[in-house]
Amino acid sequence: MQEVTVGIAGAAGDGLDKSGDTLAKTAGRLGLHVYAYNSYQSIIRGGHIWLKVRIGENKVFSHGDNLGVLVALNQDSIERHAYEVDEGGCVVFNSDKIKCDPAQVKPNVEILGLPMAEITKEIVATHGAILPIMQNTVAIGAVLFLSQIDFAEGESVITETFQHKGDKVVQLNVSLLKAGYEYAKVHSRPIMKDWNYSKIRRPFVTGNEAIAIAAAASGCKFYSAYPMTPASTILHWMANHAEAAGICVKQAEDELAVINMAVGAGIAGVRSMCATAGGGFALMTEAIGMAGIMETPVVCVEVQRGGPSTGLPTKTEQADLNQVFGASQGEYPRMIVAPRDTADCFNTTVEAFNVAEKYQMPVLLMSDLLLSEHPETADVEVFKHDVKIDRGETVTSWPETNGKYKRFALTESGISPRAIPGTENTLYVSGSDEHDERGILISDMFTVAPVRRKMFEKRMKKLDLLLKELPAPQIEGDPKADLTLVGWGSTYGAIREAAELLCKAGIKTNYLIIKYLYPFHGKEVSAILSKCKKKISVEANFTSQLARYIRSETGLAMDGYVTKYDGEPFEPAFIMQSVKDILGNKVRNLDVTEQEAKEIAYHYLRTNYKESLRPERIVKEGKNGHNEATWKVELVERATKKKQAELSVGIETGATYEFVPTAE
Amino acid sequence: MATVVELPLDTYKGPVDPDWCPGCGDFGVLRSVQMAAGKLGIQPKDLMIVSGIGCSSNLPGFIHAYGVHSLHGRSVAVATGVHLANTDLKVVMTGGDGDGYGIGIGHFIHAMRRNLDVTYVVMDNQIYGLTTGQASPTTTRGHKTKSTPLGNAEIPLNPLALAITSGATYVARGFSGEQKQLADLIAGGMAHKGFALIDVYSPCVTYNKINTYPWFKERVYKVEDEGFDPSDMERSLKKSFEWGDKIPLGVIYKVDQTTYEDTEPVLKKGALVKQPLGISKETMKAFVDEMI
Repeated sequence: MQEVTVGIAGAAGDGLDKSGDTLAKTAGRLGLHVYAYNSYQSIIRGGHIWLKVRIGENKVFSHGDNLGVLVALNQDSIERHAYEVDEGGCVVFNSDKIKCDPAQVKPNVEILGLPMAEITKEIVATHGAILPIMQNTVAIGAVLFLSQIDFAEGESVITETFQHKGDKVVQLNVSLLKAGYEYAKVHSRPIMKDWNYSKIRRPFVTGNEAIAIAAAASGCKFYSAYPMTPASTILHWMANHAEAAGICVKQAEDELAVINMAVGAGIAGVRSMCATAGGGFALMTEAIGMAGIMETPVVCVEVQRGGPSTGLPTKTEQADLNQVFGASQGEYPRMIVAPRDTADCFNTTVEAFNVAEKYQMPVLLMSDLLLSEHPETADVEVFKHDVKIDRGETVTSWPETNGKYKRFALTESGISPRAIPGTENTLYVSGSDEHDERGILISDMFTVAPVRRKMFEKRMKKLDLLLKELPAPQIEGDPKADLTLVGWGSTYGAIREAAELLCKAGIKTNYLIIKYLYPFHGKEVSAILSKCKKKISVEANFTSQLARYIRSETGLAMDGYVTKYDGEPFEPAFIMQSVKDILGNKVRNLDVTEQEAKEIAYHYLRTNYKESLRPERIVKEGKNGHNEATWKVELVERATKKKQAELSVGIETGATYEFVPTAE
Repeated sequence: MATVVELPLDTYKGPVDPDWCPGCGDFGVLRSVQMAAGKLGIQPKDLMIVSGIGCSSNLPGFIHAYGVHSLHGRSVAVATGVHLANTDLKVVMTGGDGDGYGIGIGHFIHAMRRNLDVTYVVMDNQIYGLTTGQASPTTTRGHKTKSTPLGNAEIPLNPLALAITSGATYVARGFSGEQKQLADLIAGGMAHKGFALIDVYSPCVTYNKINTYPWFKERVYKVEDEGFDPSDMERSLKKSFEWGDKIPLGVIYKVDQTTYEDTEPVLKKGALVKQPLGISKETMKAFVDEMI
């Protein structure tokens, strides 16, 4: 069962996401599994963009650790990523512009420079000059050969991609792909064996797309949003498919409007949804509480990104759990749920609409940048059009002889059959004030304490019923393992693969993923965790929010905490190493690594000096008059490699101390 | 066009009596909303009153109709959602100047930009009443209130001019002391296709001792009496700035423009709430095929 990871690195505007799509779609059509992650920046052109496409015969659950092939679209990409290519792998680049020194790669890594002008000479003669972005297609052709992925399938993907631009453009791109493939065939050797293609065609889908499509299938009729990364691609899908899906898609003036419109639509009786990132959600909270007290169904997707404040707009984090728990003043029933992968995004969204209507409450669906924006292959069967739709107890007609209709009737279950505005004889006001069974507010003339008490209890009672309906979490992997990893949401994939790595390394590991965060299966989780020998939480945040929550609900503390808050998603090897350190009672080492010192140097150059320099040699030095040991980074001129300056970076603090130009 | 069967006032008698201060201007506005609905023959089940928070925002509780008593400043946003979800309901938003022109002004402006087919009745008493008398966005300059003991330093907002320049297509001013005219203005707004604002001077008898009934009665006049033509934006804008010794009442601006609903393709098949749920097998296949 083989797999390969292809890295594509360059600047924004280089079109590397399109190249990644070509590769991923090709693999997906052949029946291979793909998981991709695009590390991009909050910039439209320039910056450093870094895409990883992992392809396997078996399902792959993360973007993995190291690379099989690197496609470098600029010189920086060689310097930043060439060392990540594993032995037996290959580095591909345009050798007319970019250089790769054997010292920059691991032993037994092939360096395949593509002399672009020479390769494309005949194509240029036929089609005229080609855009720099088209050179990516040549590189992808080479990648197809290196990774031994079927060329004909790649050709058909390219053909379809450019079909709308006419035959000439199709021919041009196919010949570029072919040229890259043929050049690699002559000048290098394959790094992979023949693949065992299942030929089961699988779509390549992001979590956000899965959520949007599920909403359409679930009968969502109203979607409101304000642009905010990483939730915006739901809005884009919705806007582009609004008519086909029968959804009124409204870009509103702010998130206050977004949620209040969605709640309004819910009151009027349609299935409504909205989505935002953590910052937008902060503006929404009052209205979510309103949906709670009005018993209005609404689905709100909260996509986490690096916080607080504007934070890291294009980076991932799982640090909004406390915010979502704390959303709105007062107490009210709501479901908080966190899907774990693309397919789960689809199913969870379907479930969210049903829970929202059946229990007449807001459902807060938590995702994060990684889950929402990374594409992965998912089985076609996931995308059912005939999903279960449960609208809960409704009143569609009410003869006058029934007496007065009570919208908020006190019932045993806490659920009051809901009439949709427009129905005869069931008139009521949905009130954000506390109210009686008919919806008449009790907060003005005399606040009737027993009415308040019973209405409160009625609303909260719905949670008991809901909890019974929700499946409790379960241990996955060897039930008798010595170690249990605990996590939630998108980290599932990396946790799962880390557990496999740990098992291979002789540490029997299983894992527990919590999906239903509220209401919470306290009893069940307590029973599971009290049987675990050792438990370590894995969360993409600083304070291990889930672990703290579990402790508050079960009284059980973790034995260790793996955290990550630098904006980049977990990789399995990182989790494994962190776990080993915890098990070995090692104090977590927060020192700046050599690679990190290089990144800090890149940032320093951009903000203080000039980008004509780049970091070259890095050596560890003593205190040199500072209070800590330092990394001494040699800065050389990009073109000549001539040393121009030195920069010291504190190993403990990460501070940049001195920039010393080299004397002429 | 179907003949309108007018409905009597008690059709809309609410489940509880209003608990506004005796003499409050809002009584007259409530009655005018009821008269307007009756005049247009709108069945209570087809009428949806959406408010925010404040004295005047309690109105939905006092009228026999569907209603939403939402959050402070959010009535327009909530009403937008309600309206787009069920365009068969006649949506009327009611609230005060603090609710609509203060905390909720963003939604107010954007709803007008969309020329959404809804009606907004603002009970403008130039004060925050429910919170016991602080300055509001329409409090006049120099007015001493609980929050402006030295006199209000800010110039009052001009809701009519704001509405005219923001895209509202029916802009009127009423006075709760002129109930018959007010009912006509509200009915006109409800019948109008597009965003209708009716800014109503509705005196607060408890906390605004300046802009009182007698104060207004001395100053107001009806623009229809002078044959005012509200179809010209520049002329209307000029009229909207009349203030002081003479305060105009009536339709200040009225034009026909494309509404938001006209441009929304999914509404062509009727009210969303009445459309079937979900998508066909073919549609799903098309969605999935895009990603293969």
